[in-house]
Amino acid sequence: MTTPLSPGAAAPRPAPPRAARSRRSWTGWGFLGPFVAVFALVFLAPIGYSLYLSLFRDRLIGGNTFVGLDNYRQALGDERFWAALGRISLFLAVQVPVMLGIALLVALALDSGRLYGRDFFRVSIFLPYAVPAVVATLMWGFMYGTRFGLVGDVNDALGVSLPDPLSPGLVLASIGNIVTWEFVGYNMLIFYAALRVVPHSLYEAAQIDGAGQLRVITAIKLPAIRGALVIATIFSVIGSFQLFNEPSILQPLAPNAVTTDYTPNFYTYSLSFNGQQHNYSATVAIVMGLITMAIAYVVQLRGMRKGG
Amino acid sequence: MPKHSRRLLRGIGLVCALALGVTACGDESGGSGQKSVSQDDIRAALEKGGTLTVWAWEPTLKQVAADFEKKHPGVEVELVNAGTNNDQYTALQNAISAKKGVPDVAQIEYYAMGQYALTKQLTDLEDFGAGKLSAKFSPGPWQGVQAGTNRVHALPMDSGPMALFYNKKVFDKYGIETPTTWAEYLDAARDLHKADPKAYITADTGDAGVTTSLLWQAGSRPYTVNGTKVGIDFSDEGAKTYTDTWQKLIDEKLLAPVNPWTDDWYKALGDGTIATLATGAWMPANLVSGVKEAAGDWRVAPLPQWSADGRSSAENGGSALALPELGKNEALAYAFVEYASAGDGVATRLENGAFPATTADLQSTAFQDTAFDYFGGQKANKIFAESAANVADDWSYLPYQVYANSIFNDTVGKAYVSGTTLAEGLKSWQQASVDYGNKQGFTVAK
Amino acid sequence: MAPPAVTASGPSAAVPSGRPRSAPRLRAPRRRHSADRPRRSVLLTLLTSLVLLYSLVPLVWLAFSATKTQEGLSRSFGLWFDGDFALWDNIGRTFTYDDGVFTRWLLNTVLYVGLGAGGATFLAVLGGYALAKFDFPGRRAVFAVVIGAVAVPGTALAVPTFLMFSRMGLTNTPWAVIVPSLVSPFGLYLMWVFATEAVPAELMEAARIDGAGEVRTFFTVALPLLAPGIVTVLLFTMVATWNNYFLPLVMLKDPDWYPLTLGLGSWNAQAATAGGEAVFNLVVTGSLLTIVPLIAAFLLLQKYWRSGLAAGSVKE
Repeated sequence: MTTPLSPGAAAPRPAPPRAARSRRSWTGWGFLGPFVAVFALVFLAPIGYSLYLSLFRDRLIGGNTFVGLDNYRQALGDERFWAALGRISLFLAVQVPVMLGIALLVALALDSGRLYGRDFFRVSIFLPYAVPAVVATLMWGFMYGTRFGLVGDVNDALGVSLPDPLSPGLVLASIGNIVTWEFVGYNMLIFYAALRVVPHSLYEAAQIDGAGQLRVITAIKLPAIRGALVIATIFSVIGSFQLFNEPSILQPLAPNAVTTDYTPNFYTYSLSFNGQQHNYSATVAIVMGLITMAIAYVVQLRGMRKGG
Repeated sequence: MPKHSRRLLRGIGLVCALALGVTACGDESGGSGQKSVSQDDIRAALEKGGTLTVWAWEPTLKQVAADFEKKHPGVEVELVNAGTNNDQYTALQNAISAKKGVPDVAQIEYYAMGQYALTKQLTDLEDFGAGKLSAKFSPGPWQGVQAGTNRVHALPMDSGPMALFYNKKVFDKYGIETPTTWAEYLDAARDLHKADPKAYITADTGDAGVTTSLLWQAGSRPYTVNGTKVGIDFSDEGAKTYTDTWQKLIDEKLLAPVNPWTDDWYKALGDGTIATLATGAWMPANLVSGVKEAAGDWRVAPLPQWSADGRSSAENGGSALALPELGKNEALAYAFVEYASAGDGVATRLENGAFPATTADLQSTAFQDTAFDYFGGQKANKIFAESAANVADDWSYLPYQVYANSIFNDTVGKAYVSGTTLAEGLKSWQQASVDYGNKQGFTVAK
Repeated sequence: MAPPAVTASGPSAAVPSGRPRSAPRLRAPRRRHSADRPRRSVLLTLLTSLVLLYSLVPLVWLAFSATKTQEGLSRSFGLWFDGDFALWDNIGRTFTYDDGVFTRWLLNTVLYVGLGAGGATFLAVLGGYALAKFDFPGRRAVFAVVIGAVAVPGTALAVPTFLMFSRMGLTNTPWAVIVPSLVSPFGLYLMWVFATEAVPAELMEAARIDGAGEVRTFFTVALPLLAPGIVTVLLFTMVATWNNYFLPLVMLKDPDWYPLTLGLGSWNAQAATAGGEAVFNLVVTGSLLTIVPLIAAFLLLQKYWRSGLAAGSVKE
């Protein structure tokens, strides 16, 4: 299986490519066709259109002109874009491991069978995923308030003065907290589901060999769910690189901390929606898409090699 | 997400109309006046009826639309809140790009008018005889709808001459006099914060609308617009006057770090945390609905002056109704716009708390004698009307002010959260605005 | 053919060895927690409770806040009641405010979720089944292309998509929200994994030998086996559609077509307009009402998605 992201590579367990696939024919397209058709309309066509747009420059005065790769040249030298990319890379390097780490620990705890009220834990921790990002951010935004929010309440009640979560120094962490809150349960469930199908016989063999819990986890469980870990990481990387809802909703609450070029995606939004620079916005989006793809690919390769 | 910042009123000035008579401006400019729609055409359109799509977020228009439908049984007004300020401009721009779904009437704030006027996306209302209405409106809003050209691109719906709203209860409690100059304002800020460390003279985290209005009042004229030739300069004397005072307020931490229009902000207005608010005359309606608990505590005073004998004011906020070029039912649309801005609709809107742009209403005794229960029976409109008359008349916004304002906090905002000074912040705002203008095909000089 | 996996994979369900089709493959007994009965740990429970607390506190805050008036929101502690218990009043006002437009938004959301999530699930099931069970030209490229396309920031595609949709006359109609919702890359991935494991080739072969066409094989043999996966994908796509915000924001202008998220956003924003009324208490109550149906769906259907997520749990 060489498909970069086929189940064989990333799924909970490899599916041997065997007789299951009857014969190489076009029949499969009959089933895949509808998905691909809508996908082409909703994703590929706009991307194609963006590629086209990225070669032009439409100005308020002077109209539309073909500029070749000028926009790309501009993007490569755009400090605001690179600063946003740097910020989001920092976010990614911290938030994704923390979120996936917590999710994994909870999944292992659930799977260990040593928890009281396991079902309650599993459902409750998953619940935030059902909260729309808009609502979640509005909610956390209210709570972050140092004056009337929960942070303010805690300050008043305990007589302490917690730092303002929306100050420039902390707002990235505060956004990370919201994203973590939203997706810990979701990732936990993915890991837990993968753990639940690890063949039990493996544990018994390990126990006979006298392996402790920790050893069982590192030697059996983690390798067994490698695929789930890789796919969760890839989706998290993509999610982080596309960070938009949270900063954009927090911006009115922290206008000087969340700048219009705070994340690459927010930057493309501002360029397009405030600045009418659709062409340049499309260019930045394409560059960003290429970078995201490259990183997702590296994650996938490394994930495979480690397990390999 | 919407930018919750207040948008500014665009343009002010004693236009030629006032000085030269009613139709002088329109008749001389010529150019695009290819079509002309007579009153008869408008009457015929009203009789024929039809459906109008109106994009506006102004709440008092709801009643106006209902009344208009009643008066003209064949007409149906579809009032759509397509988003608040920036959101709606985006929607409008998108619809125009797509050449589809463009509304027949759109609400546009004065500060955003230039972008649409300059790129010829609005129907020239001189064709409908709108030039004749110039005498009806106060000069500021009227120049706003001309947007630096000498055509009429919209009819003014409301205006926002500035005043100082202050919490009298808080001032009385600490024995603070109502400031009449910004120097006194600074002293009041110090006294108040010293007396109660939780109380602040005002909240400010950097708001493009408020800053440009105060620059306007201080005599700064950072923007010069001549067709596609644009100048941006924040280094004049007026700007220095403003930054000197405001820098002190920032440095001495006398400004509450509460963002305007948030839940926190409304609460802080109610509980005495924020003692004053320098803003447009449309504010009372927001206080009445959003800060119920402080009813009776607040009063209105003239905007503090930059010098002891000054009498200057500025506009903040306000919007007009325009006919997008790609909209339909032009005659009908114009009839509605005229009804809402200069006809019977004005009275309806005033009743519901809007602030007028029409001189007759501003100067009427009924209007000026209205006692505001919220302000302890004060006749606040007198102060607003006087402010409207004192607005300096030669201010102009950028033809891409919407974008410029959107990056205000990226640049000037730094002065509120780091060691950057306000003057430096304005300088980098200037640089970013110049760069953008040049990229968009304007000729921008510093 | 009985729908198999639903009852088979709940934690306390019986080992599915009774089912003939999977029995031959069971090289080892399926894992059950009851088998080794590890001792419960108070310490581990406490540690996990920290994460639980983190997950629930904001929701509790939301629930308490929904019981408060606009004034009560500011004067009371976030995690307890205010003096005035205004929950019923808030709910009443949420549904009647602005001529009862909230109900309209709710129905719109139900429509979008019904057609969008339902359609997305259907397409993902068909596509996942194809990827798992057929070999065809271009098969290997499909998912790489899907991931690649997903990597391009959606916000920048909004304007091109808007212009395209506008040309097709779809903007400001429900289709502008529903059509983009029909694609769920993660749903496709889940169904691919699930179908790989859940539909034995032998059964498909048997159906074909019996003379069933591909379509009939899919509907009579594969679909019942895929049921738990379908419920799972349906729940994920439901969440995605229910939470959809940005694309409707660009595509819809008429509040009569807004979904709940967009409507709440507009209520939140109206505090910032001249003459607009601040209704943060209704925003909070509306938010609570928005998530209640989703949470209810998750709780009611958890037996199904739990088993569905354990993709491939029907065999080793």
